[in-house]
Amino acid sequence: MNSDAVLLEIKDLRTYFHLDEGVLKAVDGVSFNIYPNRVLGIVGESGCGKSITARSILRIVPAPGKVNGEILFHQNGSTVDLVTLSPHGPQIRGIRGREIAMIFQEPMSAFSPVHTIGNQIMEAVLVHERVDKAEARRRAIELLTHVGIPMPERRVDAYPHEMSGGMLQRAMIAMALALRPQVLIADEPTTALDVTIQAQILRLMKKLKSEIGMSIIFITHDLGVIANMADDVAVMYLGRVVEFGSVRQIFRNPQHPYTRALMKSIPKIGEERGAKLASIQGTVPVPLDPPRRCGFADRCPEFIAGRCDVDVPPLIETEPGHQVRCVLYEN
Amino acid sequence: MWGYVLRRVSYMLLTIWALSFVVFVIIQLPPGDYLSTYISSQQAQGNTFDDAAIAALRRQYGLDGTFFDQYWKWITNFLQGDMGRSFEWNQPVTVLLAERLPLTMILSISTLIFVYIVAIPIGIYSALNQYSLGDYVFSTIGFIGLAIPNFMLALILMYVLFKYFGLSAGGLFSDQYATAPWSLGKVLDLFQHLWVPVIVIGMAGTAGLIRVMRGSLLDELGKQYVVTARAKGVRERRLIFKYPVRIAINPIVSTIGWQLPRIVSGETIVAIVLSLPTTGPLLYRALLSQDMYLAGSIVLTLGVLTLVGTFISDILLVMVDPRISFEKKA
Ligand SMILES: Nc1ncnc2c1ncn2[C@@H]1O[C@H](COP(=O)(O)OP(=O)(O)O)[C@@H](O)[C@H]1O
Ligand SMILES: [Mg+2]
Repeated sequence: MNSDAVLLEIKDLRTYFHLDEGVLKAVDGVSFNIYPNRVLGIVGESGCGKSITARSILRIVPAPGKVNGEILFHQNGSTVDLVTLSPHGPQIRGIRGREIAMIFQEPMSAFSPVHTIGNQIMEAVLVHERVDKAEARRRAIELLTHVGIPMPERRVDAYPHEMSGGMLQRAMIAMALALRPQVLIADEPTTALDVTIQAQILRLMKKLKSEIGMSIIFITHDLGVIANMADDVAVMYLGRVVEFGSVRQIFRNPQHPYTRALMKSIPKIGEERGAKLASIQGTVPVPLDPPRRCGFADRCPEFIAGRCDVDVPPLIETEPGHQVRCVLYEN
Repeated sequence: MWGYVLRRVSYMLLTIWALSFVVFVIIQLPPGDYLSTYISSQQAQGNTFDDAAIAALRRQYGLDGTFFDQYWKWITNFLQGDMGRSFEWNQPVTVLLAERLPLTMILSISTLIFVYIVAIPIGIYSALNQYSLGDYVFSTIGFIGLAIPNFMLALILMYVLFKYFGLSAGGLFSDQYATAPWSLGKVLDLFQHLWVPVIVIGMAGTAGLIRVMRGSLLDELGKQYVVTARAKGVRERRLIFKYPVRIAINPIVSTIGWQLPRIVSGETIVAIVLSLPTTGPLLYRALLSQDMYLAGSIVLTLGVLTLVGTFISDILLVMVDPRISFEKKA
């Protein structure tokens, strides 16, 4: 895991929405690295900025969001900073789908309802490669076969409403992997699916990852899925990474009070599911003109007046590769 | 698909039959009829009629018998292409309609085309450039277009054209072509006159359609499938037209026939103001003088054409959207 091999370096990423009501700091100083062949899990409650972080990397944040910081993409010995590219320009378009691909939460709404699955998969190929339609179609069928869709020659002409959520998510994975990207960003790819289908999709992603040899940024609010998929974990809260470490470090030795609360909310065997994050009191605030303080201070059981609410805590390295953004670890 | 079409056709025939009945009831609704009005105006001039003469006249005009007898006679003749006689014009209704119905259809279809050609690009532009100067300008014009009644717009246009350009905006033909047989010159002359009523009748529809197009495209632009296409690296212009525009436009274009009723009814008053030789003014006078076969035939014919237009739209709608299947809808 030496830094020569790093593929994607996110440094102090800040994505702000300048709204009439104020500045909404959806992502506020996020840094992490993506290494070849590794899975980074990003976990956090809904609204903490996971999707905006992912979309910032591809420069597809919704208006009026503005991306700042650095997103260094290292490729064949050269480096581009994706933040400096025009979001509609040819350079970023050449990276989208080909080098960094993305899959989404709602497979039902992620496909156009009036175009066939095949048409939309073929498009992923045709946008980036000079091949004819027949070849693109052949590739689409091959991809559908690869992701385990039965009768791919027929499904290629199916419309989204004719397929189940699980099948559609497979088709979306096929579409994202059409050009064998180096990085796959998966934004809650299994959240909308039921548990058995969820397990199948996760298995498929693992298999494809080792076949293609790509890195994955796996976004979820489900720690169980993280334990299953990730090598490294970034725990996000209110636009910031509050804890970072290997999956072992995070699960064996969770340090941030927020991470610990998340751990407690994992349903144990025999417990009812759905209790999820209810054990953390309060709800995720909206980062509209957030004050300079720890974002979790209001909900934190270990809150220290005069320390947690005076500045944003620094990221402190507590063991090699394990960092936490909390004043409890300041010496 | 054919099962669906067949079912729709039978519904349509049923609707047409119901329409014919309602039309007949409505034109019979005002007290008295053409003949009693005629007789009383003759009596006012000193002419007298004995009962036998009146009964003879009633029979001649087909006004004897019960309401149902009259309806039955009218509708069976209608189906055989005989729409009865106009009392006032003393001519077969078919002859009167043959002159004017084609002009009404030309006017309506031109208006439809005008509305769509103008409204759809503007609606798309406004959605893609929401809150830009152009969007505000078009919205303002649109509100004015919706707010001004079309007869008023007709009067304003006539006034402006006459006062500042010395043009008379009435009619559909210049004097030398008005009664002339059809020729290339007459067609060209028609198009030179057509644009004023087309704008006047189409104004409100255009304004309304701009708002519909803008609104539904704005809805679609925020959808997840647009983000998916963007994440694949598709060019912005291309993806906008391939996905959200196509999806927003589908129901709008395929329901083109649903605009017909508004255009046909808007046509009447504008045609009176602009003295257009279409069916509108003819219908208006026929209703005033209780010229029942003429009035009934015009309303029924326009009604049938409108139903056919909406029927075609319904079929189109199902054809362009794979989500609606013929089986499910039927
Ligand atoms: N288009 C937008 N305009 C303004 N604020 C947004 C927009 N999209 C997301 N946000 C805000 O950004 C924050 C992070 O959102 P998001 O990244 O979607 O969270 P999640 O972690 O659930 O994926 C939230 O507070 C959300 O309200
Ligand atoms: Mg999200």
